[in-house]
Amino acid sequence: MVEVLSEMEGAERPGSRRMLLRRIVGHKGFLAGATILLAILTVALAAPLIAPYDPYEQNLDRRLIPPVWHEEGTWSHPLGTDGLGRDYLSRLVYGSRISLLIGVSTVAISAVIGSTLGILAGYFGGRVDLVISFLIMVRLAMPVILVALAVVALVGGSLKIVILVLGLLLWDRFAVVMRATTQLVRSADYVRAARAAGASTVHILVSEILPNLMGHLMVIVTLEMARAILLEAALSFLGLGVQPPLPSWGLMVSEGKEFMLFSPWVITIPGAALFMLVLAINLLGDGIRDIAAPEART
Amino acid sequence: MMAFALKRLLLALVVAFAVSLISFMLLRLAGDPAAALAGESASAEDIEFVRKKYGLDRPLIVQYLDWAQMVLKGDLGESSFFKKDVRSILADRLGVTLTLGGLALCFAALVGIPLGALAAVRPNTWVDRAALAIAVMGQAMPSFWFGLIMIIVLGVKLRLLPISGSETWAHFVMPAIALGYYATPAIMRLTRAGMLEVLSSDYIRTAVSKGLSPWQILFKHALRNALIPVVSLASVQFGFMLGGSVVIETVFAIHGVGFLAWESIRRSDLPVVQAIVLMLSLIYVGLNLLADVLNALLDPRIRVH
Repeated sequence: MVEVLSEMEGAERPGSRRMLLRRIVGHKGFLAGATILLAILTVALAAPLIAPYDPYEQNLDRRLIPPVWHEEGTWSHPLGTDGLGRDYLSRLVYGSRISLLIGVSTVAISAVIGSTLGILAGYFGGRVDLVISFLIMVRLAMPVILVALAVVALVGGSLKIVILVLGLLLWDRFAVVMRATTQLVRSADYVRAARAAGASTVHILVSEILPNLMGHLMVIVTLEMARAILLEAALSFLGLGVQPPLPSWGLMVSEGKEFMLFSPWVITIPGAALFMLVLAINLLGDGIRDIAAPEART
Repeated sequence: MMAFALKRLLLALVVAFAVSLISFMLLRLAGDPAAALAGESASAEDIEFVRKKYGLDRPLIVQYLDWAQMVLKGDLGESSFFKKDVRSILADRLGVTLTLGGLALCFAALVGIPLGALAAVRPNTWVDRAALAIAVMGQAMPSFWFGLIMIIVLGVKLRLLPISGSETWAHFVMPAIALGYYATPAIMRLTRAGMLEVLSSDYIRTAVSKGLSPWQILFKHALRNALIPVVSLASVQFGFMLGGSVVIETVFAIHGVGFLAWESIRRSDLPVVQAIVLMLSLIYVGLNLLADVLNALLDPRIRVH
């Protein structure tokens, strides 16, 4: 990646790094995405300090209090309360932990599976490529939501199961993109040089090829993270994902559904939070693509 | 061309076979179908009885071959909830889901293609940026949430559209938008990229120098070629939408295959779930095949590979 950049900015030396920095600072979408994501990450990490109440504490005398901007709102519950009288701000704050955890852990699993398969297929070609391409086709033909719902229903819903199921399902894009990009760099000069110098295949794959795919990998990481977060929300919304009383944002929308006509904030607030988080991740991904792998733009 | 199509057909069949095997194993290994069939109040003996009765005590591979043989004959088994032939249940519901998916795809194409083309004609202007903003926002919106917001605003507050069911065309407007907008950004981006490439090509320059009108160039020459990859994307997206219909049909209480899938999963009605997973994968594989062949017809360069 660095090689590619310094080649393109040949005139800008010294400092492909300074050039990179200038590109990052000049990219508004990237900055906006990074800022929002950093804010949500801070909220998630500092949840006990920020949340005014216990997110699980019910208070049936204080059900469905509207948020402060509403006429009947009160500062003691800035975002109001839900149908069981739980403080909505506290639940929202703790909910960010679930979404981020789902995004990061799912991608950790799927990135390893997908990139390994993709790089092997792209590097070796031939029969290896045939088998892996077939695996990718089979995976793509399986309806993700349906399979995830069915498996979670049979095994029993929990955060761990959702992460595992999504991680094992969402590797397709990693495999497709890593395969294609590996095919491109396989015959590059530096790979040939390493091979001629007698480097082992493992060394070539890990030290020569993988670092040069990092830009593309990061783009897919953000895309898939966003996809995993939205899928978890959908599964939880359908009652077959993260289980109550956990404050998953998708589950909050689901629980708020019966009150949404007279207390619409119970669904607009967690939904807006989901939207902001996924938007931030997507902006970051678009930014990384523009900065690190501009040729991948479509 | 025939050889190419045949090869693709064969591959599609093998993929379909693999998918059916995997989904069968997955659903069998994830839970105990006998316990699910016997119900929650069943005793250990009841479960054993059900296991024997339905042949669930045999090796998995035997059960699979048995099931596959039945499926090939067109028999999808019997629903343990409806006590009815699964095929007739699905036949009743498929029309609604295909209508929803088709309308959603129309929505995505009608919004995505013009926006993408416009963005490519005026790159790096406010038009391009607005189109990009729509795409980025669209990709970030949870579809079930978007559906609920539409129900509140368009259905309940403004009373413009019915909020649940599938009796008239008006019932399909909100679900089709909720399902279709998620595919819009991808179609838009691909149209934009294709148009940018085509517009800088030699034959467009020739057309310009011949003095053809901009509209003629845009529609007769550029868009037609730029849309070749969009066609295959659209067919793939249609497959994804049928999967996504599980969520949207549940939000709008539309009695299609997706809603049926959700209900059947909750009721542990395994034969129905299995049949729906198989059917959706077959449709996806079929659409992919169609897209491949269509692409090869439109662009002869593909056939060589």
